[in-house]
Amino acid sequence: MTQSRWARRAATDAAMTWLCGLAVAVTLVPLVSLLWMVVARGASALSWSFLTSLPKPVGEVGGGVGNGIIGSALLLGLAATIGLPVGIGAGLFLAARGDGTAGRTVRFLAEILAGVPSVVAGLAVYALLVRPMHRFSALAGSLALAILMVPMLARGTEETVRMVPRDLFEASLGLGVAEWKSGLLIVARTAAGGITTAVCLALARAAGETAPLLFTALGNQFWNLRPDQPTASLPVLIFNYAVSPYPDWQKQAWGAALLLLVLVGVLNAAARLATRGRFAGGGR
Amino acid sequence: MTAPSRPVVGVAALSAGFGDRTALRDVSLALEAHAVTAIIGPSGCGKSTLLRCLNRMHELGAGAWVRGRVTLDGDDLYGPDVDAVQVRRRIGMVFQRPNPFPTLSIRDNVAAGLDLNGFARAERDDRVEAALKQAALWNEVADRLNRSALALSGGQQQRLCIARALAVEPEVLLMDEPASALDPIATARVEELIHELKDRLTLIVVTHNMQQAARISTRTAFLYMGELVEYDRTEALFTNPKERRTEDYVTGKFG
Amino acid sequence: MGTSLPARRRLARRRLERTGDTLYRDALAAFGMSVAAALGIVAAESAKLAAPALRRFGIAFVGSTQWDPTADRFGALPFLAGTVLTSAEALALALPVGLGAAIFLSEMAPARLRAMVRFPIEMLAAIPSVIVGLWGLFVLAPIMRTRVEPLLARTGLPILSGTPVGVGLLAAGVVLAVMVLPTLTSLSLDVVGAVDRAQREGLYALGATRWEVIRRGVLPAAKSGLFGATVLALGRALGETMAVAMVVGNSPDMPHSLLATGGTLASVIANEFTEAVSDLHEAALAELGLVLLALTLLLSIGGRLLLRRSVR
Repeated sequence: MTQSRWARRAATDAAMTWLCGLAVAVTLVPLVSLLWMVVARGASALSWSFLTSLPKPVGEVGGGVGNGIIGSALLLGLAATIGLPVGIGAGLFLAARGDGTAGRTVRFLAEILAGVPSVVAGLAVYALLVRPMHRFSALAGSLALAILMVPMLARGTEETVRMVPRDLFEASLGLGVAEWKSGLLIVARTAAGGITTAVCLALARAAGETAPLLFTALGNQFWNLRPDQPTASLPVLIFNYAVSPYPDWQKQAWGAALLLLVLVGVLNAAARLATRGRFAGGGR
Repeated sequence: MTAPSRPVVGVAALSAGFGDRTALRDVSLALEAHAVTAIIGPSGCGKSTLLRCLNRMHELGAGAWVRGRVTLDGDDLYGPDVDAVQVRRRIGMVFQRPNPFPTLSIRDNVAAGLDLNGFARAERDDRVEAALKQAALWNEVADRLNRSALALSGGQQQRLCIARALAVEPEVLLMDEPASALDPIATARVEELIHELKDRLTLIVVTHNMQQAARISTRTAFLYMGELVEYDRTEALFTNPKERRTEDYVTGKFG
Repeated sequence: MGTSLPARRRLARRRLERTGDTLYRDALAAFGMSVAAALGIVAAESAKLAAPALRRFGIAFVGSTQWDPTADRFGALPFLAGTVLTSAEALALALPVGLGAAIFLSEMAPARLRAMVRFPIEMLAAIPSVIVGLWGLFVLAPIMRTRVEPLLARTGLPILSGTPVGVGLLAAGVVLAVMVLPTLTSLSLDVVGAVDRAQREGLYALGATRWEVIRRGVLPAAKSGLFGATVLALGRALGETMAVAMVVGNSPDMPHSLLATGGTLASVIANEFTEAVSDLHEAALAELGLVLLALTLLLSIGGRLLLRRSVR
């Protein structure tokens, strides 16, 4: 009886090991398939004119996503302009005074804000900016993106700043350096690598966001660099082309997806490099 | 060195370590049945590694390796068709820090090893009671077997862990500094318990406390830098050490 | 009292610095508060947008199964059901796989493999949802239509009945599972890896096999953390928009089968908002957004409170 019981226990152990190993493989299958398809189908759509020209009307072959690339850059630039000071500032606030009631409340709300679906943020900005201004605009789109970036930035900044030894800050105060200078120059600079990581990750997230742009920045068939005008973006282009019935557009959706994936990948790689560099370089 | 009267655990040319680090070098000794053997030495001397090689716990660490032979009643514990799990069933272990399972009741903690092997309800309860009695804990917990094990004091938790190990009726019980996390009174109770238990099984106790080794053990092994320096009857080792390093250690010149 | 010039200058500088400190603190506090304000603005503006629908339908909106923009009839139930169905399916698929993968990587695989596999899994989490949707639409949906759905339809279960079309609630659930899998796996990996080594050793020393150590020692100890990871994943699944919008098939009917097309709260907003036929339609979509917001807030607040209690 004990012998057969032992055999069963050993068999269960082996079976579970196999099952768990299989789970790892299953986790990787969609990733491999997705990367492969985007690269394979996307590469065939890429060309110089794809990168630099405007979309062509239905039925005409060719055309590109140049306006989407420029539009995404404009949206990200504006979103960073709005979001970086607020997000990093909030992170510094949480690191400095996050243990009080105000700090704990802000942290709690920031965590809740991080969980707000991006499509809802888009609705709110639509009501806040698009309706009163009677037009979709790059500004509205970037505000929606900024709302999504801020909690990420705040958390990332707080985490890295808290890793800077408090002694350093106090030593600086002890030398008679003003609090704001100690805060900005000593602490923030020592944590610069970590903050850069948070910025890159937040930008990567914003670069791929689509839902909040649908009814804020909308889209645009033409070049646009003005904040008060509707603007095209890579993710919205991908969506519109993907659900269109035209094979040529669908092909361009894969091309744009490849571009977006490369952008997100570069930002993520930069995020990793920024933190690694800090450790390798050692403390100043 | 005098040979033990009836060896039960044999260690021959045992070396072990992690990666390119050697923690234990060419150790050979025979451990007496129904006795308490103490393993002493300064921290990092390999005494815990030696203990963990005896029930094949050492190999769970990342990059761990073992060379040499360990036998239990003549069976090669590192033999090709020997399963480490079954070795641990025969050789129990008690750890430095009490580690009761936090989500289980006192009863279920003691029965944790039994449950792996499947026992009928009545026999399970009998075994739990017997183990708790052997661990001198029964009187203190009999009326609250369903309470969480975490409600017990540190000393009680350690005796609970001893009961847990005893419940599966091992032939040998390894103890890795079993009293080092306890207060003096709890320590005294554990030492008393060790004394009582040697009638039932073979005990091997690692300790950094020489007085404790002198109090509880019949034989003592002194390890230094991964090597077995001296192994003798406890009294002889402490009063009349043959090696200079042993003498220096037991007289407190280093360690 | 005649102070010397350098002393006066030093005094002036100190005052300036003190002003700087006050400004610095106030600015940081303002940034902190603006994060809090952002949450309030999001909720308030969405409510403002939804006001006409709120006035017209009230709470009955949540229980109504009708969604017909041309007839001015709006109810949230079909999308609420779609959201719950797809999210539940996603968790049902992703939880065993993610947990299994985490267990394998934490307890069974050598450290080198763990490091090698962890990076790509976390990369999957960074892929924009619109790209996952693209993959779902053109790679997954055809496989669902030709291979998976005919097989499932043969079971005869009502929940799996219907014509295999590829896109639909089932495909949306699979896409969601793919999207929450990396979060789930990497959080579970952290939680399982954080379990005290003494717990494992206690069981090993009793003669437990590796699986018994995991099942009786590691998983019970990790339970509350794993619950937290699941809640986070569920929150992400509920609010996920683009990938679902691209594969769910977009129909406003009450779901009767997983093979049917449908919609979720988020997906219908993305699909219909810019083409809203009336102000009421727009407001009704905004009210769907409010329902979604309430759902995610409830989940993240409730999950946090539950977690806090179970950790104690």
